[in-house]
Amino acid sequence: MSENVLKVENVTMQFGGVVAVDNMNLEINQGEIVALIGPNGAGKTTAFNVVTGVYQPTNGAVWFQGEKIVENHPQGKMRQQYKGQHAGEYSRALAPTPDAITKLGMARTFQNIRLWKSQTVFDNVLIAKHCRTHTNFLSAALRLNRKEEQAQRQHVEELLELVGLSDVKGELATSLPYGKQRRLEIARALATEPKLLLLDEPAAGMNPQETGELTAFISEIRSKLGLTVFLIEHHMDLVMDISDRIYVLDFGRLIAEGTPAEIQNNQRVIDAYLGVAEDA
Amino acid sequence: MVQILSTLLPGISVGGQYALIALGYTMVYGILRLINFAHGDIFTVAGFVMFYAVTAMPVQLAIPLTIAVTVLLGFTVERLAYKPLRSAPRMSVMISAIGVSYLLQNLMWYITGGQPQQYPVIPWISDSISVFGTETKRVTIITPILTIVLILALVTLIKKTRIGMAMRAASRDFETARLMGIKINSVISMTFVIGSFLAAVGSFLFFSNYSTVSPTVGTMPGLKAFVAAVFGGIGSIPGAVVGGFIIGICENIIRGLGYSTFSDAFTFALLIVVLFVKPTGLFGEKLEEKV
Amino acid sequence: METKRNKTILWGLVLIAAFSALSLGAEGIAEATGQTLLMTVLKKGTVYALLAVSMNLLNGFTGLFSLGQAGFMLIGAYTYAILTIPVAKRAGVYQYYDGGIVQFSIPETFSGVFGDLVGGVIGMVITLVICGLLAAFFGWLIGLPVLRLKSDYLAIATLGFAEIIRTFIQYESFAPLTNGSNTLRQYPTFKHLYPYVIIVGLCILGIVLLVNSTYGRAFKAIRDDEIAAEAMGINLAKHKMLSFIISSFFAGVGGGLLAMYMSSVQAKGFTVAMTYEILLMVVIGGIGSISGSIIASYLFIGCSEWWLRFLDDPGNNPGGLKLLAPGFRMVVFSIFIMIVVLFFRKGIMGEREFPDILRQRAKKTKKEAAGK
Repeated sequence: MSENVLKVENVTMQFGGVVAVDNMNLEINQGEIVALIGPNGAGKTTAFNVVTGVYQPTNGAVWFQGEKIVENHPQGKMRQQYKGQHAGEYSRALAPTPDAITKLGMARTFQNIRLWKSQTVFDNVLIAKHCRTHTNFLSAALRLNRKEEQAQRQHVEELLELVGLSDVKGELATSLPYGKQRRLEIARALATEPKLLLLDEPAAGMNPQETGELTAFISEIRSKLGLTVFLIEHHMDLVMDISDRIYVLDFGRLIAEGTPAEIQNNQRVIDAYLGVAEDA
Repeated sequence: MVQILSTLLPGISVGGQYALIALGYTMVYGILRLINFAHGDIFTVAGFVMFYAVTAMPVQLAIPLTIAVTVLLGFTVERLAYKPLRSAPRMSVMISAIGVSYLLQNLMWYITGGQPQQYPVIPWISDSISVFGTETKRVTIITPILTIVLILALVTLIKKTRIGMAMRAASRDFETARLMGIKINSVISMTFVIGSFLAAVGSFLFFSNYSTVSPTVGTMPGLKAFVAAVFGGIGSIPGAVVGGFIIGICENIIRGLGYSTFSDAFTFALLIVVLFVKPTGLFGEKLEEKV
Repeated sequence: METKRNKTILWGLVLIAAFSALSLGAEGIAEATGQTLLMTVLKKGTVYALLAVSMNLLNGFTGLFSLGQAGFMLIGAYTYAILTIPVAKRAGVYQYYDGGIVQFSIPETFSGVFGDLVGGVIGMVITLVICGLLAAFFGWLIGLPVLRLKSDYLAIATLGFAEIIRTFIQYESFAPLTNGSNTLRQYPTFKHLYPYVIIVGLCILGIVLLVNSTYGRAFKAIRDDEIAAEAMGINLAKHKMLSFIISSFFAGVGGGLLAMYMSSVQAKGFTVAMTYEILLMVVIGGIGSISGSIIASYLFIGCSEWWLRFLDDPGNNPGGLKLLAPGFRMVVFSIFIMIVVLFFRKGIMGEREFPDILRQRAKKTKKEAAGK
């Protein structure tokens, strides 16, 4: 269980003069559920965006399954503006597009649900299988890929069964209630056959009962599919229930790391959440 | 020297005309994020209105009438074709603009029978004068001066008046401006009124130089003015002006070198290079999409 | 599931055969009654159906607002004309350029092998494919820079490229190839309607199959939400380019067919206005509906060329009015279009296809029967 799936190394993300993520270091091991928590605006989603390739970090590197997938050092205007550390340690600008990272085996959901609005529930998941398609467009158009198509549809059926959306598979994705849309986003992410699943506030907008179901569901897919899960969440019940480890982010800086029990008793974390002024 | 001057002068003049049209594009884009494809046709309508007006009244009356009709047209187009689509996707509004352009062109064709018309001679500004030994129409000299004066007036309006402040607010953040109690519809109407006014002035200057008006004559200057607006950074008023002058001058230099076939293509090539190298243009601001 | 896939191809071929037979019938009727406008509408409508569908693939299914259609059509039309003008007639067509530099004609080459009729047709079809390939090649070239741009910037850049293509074709130095700003004519054309129907039918069937394949679904995902599509492993650059190239290919083939229909081509005519017309057809039919585009093309051509003709005739004016005059039909027509654009934004079909409607009907009647 000690194999490193994700390693974020000295990552700084700076927009102009604003440092959204400051020298972040974290590691996620095979099979773990790790949570990233912190007050609003702490830079959690930004961290996700760096890991998934949406943003190119200002400095630092990201490793996935022992391979360096992202690396950057301050360039252009940033060279003067950069205030962080480890500036000289990185020399390459390695910035794959998000789709390339997804193909490596990392999939995510979005904080503000981003389903494909004009598509059915079934098609939303099926489209996500496209990145695992091997046929070219000509044989796909001439229907020479029936076996593959068949297998993909089969897999989609299984995934919908798993998330409990089989009965609504023909409906428009946007016609689903909020909680089900969140589940659909997870099913869609799973369709890309990830090893690491990133969930951005999966319980946002859910009532306590739905949150409880979601908690059980996340543990279930982890064990069933052998996944590693990295999540951002505000619902502390959920976080404390399922996380193996927790990282706490405040103003772009990691201020604590540990098991749920350790985090609950950490004075800095309590201060951050209760808003003790640092200059007081 | 005479040669350089005879290439440069018309360039500056045409550039001023582009700048006047470009302002209409850039102001509308700044607030509505809409390429108003019909703007070039509104400019052409101004040409035709002037043509018909002088047959019935003296020039001194025809000019204000043309301005009034053009402004009214710009206002009406916004109310009828763009306002109902305020909450629609941007693509729908752009299609509506293309539809308006199609309608205006067909309407002009119907009214004029498709024949190009001789633009009336506006006394004084159409007179020939001699500048450093180069024969030219007076309009060539007047255009850049008038353009600068109008732009200074416009900048004052935007910087100093309440409606100008509302316009700046709306172009910065449409929704917030609305929440702050700015009457967004009157701001937008005002934008179209100013844009159409400038297009009407541009049409007097442009057609005095080119002398014939036909239903599709406005398409090219319209598109070029839009390129000027993009080149300068869309949404930016100084950008539109600088862009207009640069494109006008370059175009005339290319003509002067004997490549007139390529003067239109050059404008678009410039556009593509700008979009490729610096999509925000010379003075534009960057907009990021939030994930 | 498997049989359903086969059905699309089968049904497509059956429909093409049926429409070809119908077109023979229509031609007979048109000849018997002397209704030449009917043939104009059907031929032009068929060609525009392909052009509209190819534009819809890009604008409707992939969400790339491109206004470069006229440029790719121009490439197709010129390629067709240049490669098919009979050698003997070249001296006349390229009269200012010593008969031009192309001294062969593809249909004639094939005629030499397969006989006049069969060889000629094979040659014409092969040339149409070349039209498409060349347009697709230019699509790729243009796509490299412009596909990085977003929505309206993409529109204006593609529009710019179409204008650049037009300028270059008219450029004096290329005139031995393109005949400069002069007309290209006297190339072979299809006399009958059914070859147009068959070719356009096959092309549209190809697009339908693509749209319903895994690639078509990826295009729709890009249209609906680009960021989500990218996060789910869909390579934006690759798929946008693919859609752009395929759309250009069919625009090129459509341009070749348009050249045939018009029987003479001149670059001057392939303006932005042409692109706008095709875009309006797509909008009227429903952005994202192939059957909508097809229906709208015939309606559009029917209205603009035929049914509204009476509005252009000053003799039809009621009373002392002087409203009806040449050009009035286009004014009425553009007002129609504005009404659709403003109040029926989904067009005739919305995003649905014709079979969807039939299916819904069937469901409804079933329900009603059950209710009774």
